[in-house]
Amino acid sequence: MPDFHEMVRARLRDAGISPLREVEIIDEMAQDLRDRYDSFLSNGLTETEALAAVASELQDVDLAREIRQVENRWAESTVLGSAAGGHFGQGIWHDLRYALRLLRLNPVFTVICVVSLALGIGANTAIFQLLDAVRMQSLPVNHPEELGIVRIQDRSKASGSFTGRYSNLTSGIWKQIRQRQQGFTDVAAWGTGNFNLNSGGVAEYARGIWVSGQFFDVLQMQPLMGRLISPADDVKGCAAPGAVISYSFWERYFGGDPRVVGRQLTLEGHPFEVIGVTPPNFYGIDVGLSYDVAIPLCSEPMMQGESSLYDVSWGWWLGTLGRLKPGWTLERATAQLEAISPGIMQDTVPTVYDAGGVKDYLKYRLGAYPGANGFSRLRTEYESPLWILLALAGLVLLIACVNLANLMLARASQREREIAVRLALGASRPRLIRQLLMESVVLAIAGGATGIALASFLSPFLMHFLDTEGKPVYLPLTHDWRVLGFTTLVAAITCLIFGLAPAIRATKASPSSILNSAGRSMTLSREGLGFRSVLVIVQVSLSLVLVVGALLFVQSLRNLVTLDPGFQRHGMLIVDADFTRLKIPMERRVAFREELLDRIRSQQGVTSASETNVVPLSGWGWNNRVIVGGVVSQGHMDMMRVSSGYFRTMGTSLLRGRDFDSHDTAQSQKVAIVNEEFVRQVLPGTDPIGKTFQINSYGGVPRFEIEIVGVVADSKYRDLREKFEPTAFYPQAQDAEPDPSTSILVRSDLDFGVLINEVKNAIAAVNPGVDIRFESYDGMINDQLLRERLLAALSGLFAALAVVLAIIGLYGLMAYTVERRSNEIGIRVALGAVPAQIVKMVLSQGLRLVGIGLIVGSAVAVLTTRWVSSLLYGLKPHDPACLIVAAAGLATIATLASIIPARQAARLDPMEALREQ
Amino acid sequence: MTTSMFDRELKKGSAELLILSLLEGRSRHGYEISQLIEQRSEGTLKFNVASFYPLLYRLEKRGWIEGQWVEKAGQRRRRYYKLTAGGRSMLKQHRRTWQEFVAAMQRITGVRHA
Repeated sequence: MPDFHEMVRARLRDAGISPLREVEIIDEMAQDLRDRYDSFLSNGLTETEALAAVASELQDVDLAREIRQVENRWAESTVLGSAAGGHFGQGIWHDLRYALRLLRLNPVFTVICVVSLALGIGANTAIFQLLDAVRMQSLPVNHPEELGIVRIQDRSKASGSFTGRYSNLTSGIWKQIRQRQQGFTDVAAWGTGNFNLNSGGVAEYARGIWVSGQFFDVLQMQPLMGRLISPADDVKGCAAPGAVISYSFWERYFGGDPRVVGRQLTLEGHPFEVIGVTPPNFYGIDVGLSYDVAIPLCSEPMMQGESSLYDVSWGWWLGTLGRLKPGWTLERATAQLEAISPGIMQDTVPTVYDAGGVKDYLKYRLGAYPGANGFSRLRTEYESPLWILLALAGLVLLIACVNLANLMLARASQREREIAVRLALGASRPRLIRQLLMESVVLAIAGGATGIALASFLSPFLMHFLDTEGKPVYLPLTHDWRVLGFTTLVAAITCLIFGLAPAIRATKASPSSILNSAGRSMTLSREGLGFRSVLVIVQVSLSLVLVVGALLFVQSLRNLVTLDPGFQRHGMLIVDADFTRLKIPMERRVAFREELLDRIRSQQGVTSASETNVVPLSGWGWNNRVIVGGVVSQGHMDMMRVSSGYFRTMGTSLLRGRDFDSHDTAQSQKVAIVNEEFVRQVLPGTDPIGKTFQINSYGGVPRFEIEIVGVVADSKYRDLREKFEPTAFYPQAQDAEPDPSTSILVRSDLDFGVLINEVKNAIAAVNPGVDIRFESYDGMINDQLLRERLLAALSGLFAALAVVLAIIGLYGLMAYTVERRSNEIGIRVALGAVPAQIVKMVLSQGLRLVGIGLIVGSAVAVLTTRWVSSLLYGLKPHDPACLIVAAAGLATIATLASIIPARQAARLDPMEALREQ
Repeated sequence: MTTSMFDRELKKGSAELLILSLLEGRSRHGYEISQLIEQRSEGTLKFNVASFYPLLYRLEKRGWIEGQWVEKAGQRRRRYYKLTAGGRSMLKQHRRTWQEFVAAMQRITGVRHA
């Protein structure tokens, strides 16, 4: 018997089809040849003749080419009879027009899709834009990647005076670094401060930076106008230095005066000449807080007076920025800095440190860190909340996508006959998928574009959400390549998620089975419905995760807002009075401050007013160890100086002993009032009244025995989130070195506008040269809860959106199911099912999906919420109450969403339902 | 040369209709179909293997017919083809077109069936 397989195989060489298909074709054709051979033999041909006849069957035609044409035709024209073949890219334009036409014909569907995509993509883009600005954008200077920050690697044990937002180094350390480092062309220093623009009366602050002479050189910055600060401007003892101003300050304060260079500016009562303006895109090197005025470092002593840190060896107030030399890396620079660290530390030991402090200090090692992104408090504070919000927004978008996938599937099932006919008429499946996908592409592009437009409103709104009183946040919100890339990626993924699966599904059904079935199927295709059920389960579970997250953040905020800090926090006005410029000698300051306080107290409508050197919860503080019976305490005690009547103003109850009074003077016995926690930690189990302690002061400050005369209830000191710390209060009158400034807390029934005027007049009556700043206590606390507020507000919004989308999804599926099952339901009713049974049947289907979704969602929530634990206050990430409330809430809403289609099903007229078939 | 090309195209065009028609009543395998075409046309229409199978596969690709390997006891494994729903409606359309075409040809050329 000849090898017919081999005959066919020889002719099929180079056909380039899949091996599996090739085997099949060879099998089939060889079979045919054998049949013919047998038939030739039985007709009397010899074997040789028969073989020749069979061989001629494979002649004349290029079999490989014919088969290749048939098998490898990827996209065949959907229009029967038109030229077939071509590659996948062909007809895209045609598909695009077709998709546009279909979408135009279904405006409601199109609008729903575009709006939900735009909301999802817009929210994601806006949050990403913020993250981009806070985290990823480089400083707007030449070659930012060459910039490096030099600081101490681990400075956790440092003590001394700290001023400014980035108090990394002392002047001494910075000067030593400049002299000894080798990796940078130069290392510039800078510090931050608020400079009062007014002289006397209500203060108006410019956000200032002190910069060393090399600062702008290191940044390789060119001025927009005038010149920038140079090393020649920054000479110790400089008397009348010049100021460089930012573009926005130039517009705001000088009205964009083109002849601004040479004009005068008063900062903290000192005249400065404007010498230059920086370009519009330069906001400084503090991301989130743009600078207004830059003045040379050497002017700090003049501005700060006795609180200057310029020559103080324990004064931490400078940050650095250097530019790497060509060929140097941060690692190499760090290695060199580490090598010179011992010498630098040895030469800069703070004079006031005790032996232990010096030992720790000498261990400090310097390192070089990336400086391309500048400095940012905002980044430290908001980076992780923003990532969390991005994740939440991503979930919302995912839910929206799933919803759209469901909608697309529903639409595809309406079109299944059309698709079947087109498949039957010769359209290839990939080609049909492409056409269906084209609709998703169009929707994703429209949604993405609208989303970007939406984001340009949303992101500035979000940015200003982060504004605090007097500190507007500035971020360069641009549509840079990262943002555009992100949005494009999100839109593309979105499109694939909601478009591809339905398209593949829709074209999977065999055309014959669809065309054979006259109308809707008697029983529902389990597979198609199963897939949509899975989508609804996904939606419900993701929504649950979002709702749980939102509840955690909202509850956390509520805990903080309703928390009792140990005093009555509402309805207080903070009055900061600064009389540095009046140059009142130290010994007369206490009397001057008492006069200010008495004046304010005597105003009508002022219930009470008291002085303090530390406003509680402002973030500022003073602490030290205490010595009791010669033993130095383990921990640090928080401390503050207050006037008499402070506890009454604050509403903190005096538990034992007495308040400070006029008998507590500089000459009398030093006294203190302590809180309960202080007693618990320092004098446990004893009666503290009458006991004495010393402050573990250093640097030659004399130590006194301080007698405890009263005990007050615990209250928060620095931050709402902290636990109650041991605190000691001392009378203002016993301050050996009173500051030329004070904070006065005023409680009043008056409207704050009226009260501010009264206080202003009262202070002006004492001396009009006092600089005053007002802040409402509630406002200050609110500013501190911004992060929690942002998280609660946005996560709540996202959760609401997610629930709405999930409910739409569930309702859509149930309504669709009822419609598809109307035959079956009709039969059931005809057979005697009562409406209640039908309702139960439909409802149980919906609730089963919701139940599975809630179980899956709970598991996901338990697994994921631990990532947010650091942002929660007063509850655990696995808070069972939140989970239960969220699940119960979702279940209730979902039940309501299923009841409507269930009732519709129960009202079905069996005759009509069956007739429709 | 021209004639042979015309023949080929005509055969190819008509072959689709022939194959669909033969599958209308029942499913058949490839050899059976080609034999039936040859027999019923009394030898006028004859496809060799190399041109017949590509035709068959093209119809299958278009979803008009559906092939399936069938093993019957005592027989060799064969691939049987049956008409799909799409193929059925195609056949209907093809038939009509063909009838119209033939009628038009007759009107013009005056050729009539014997």
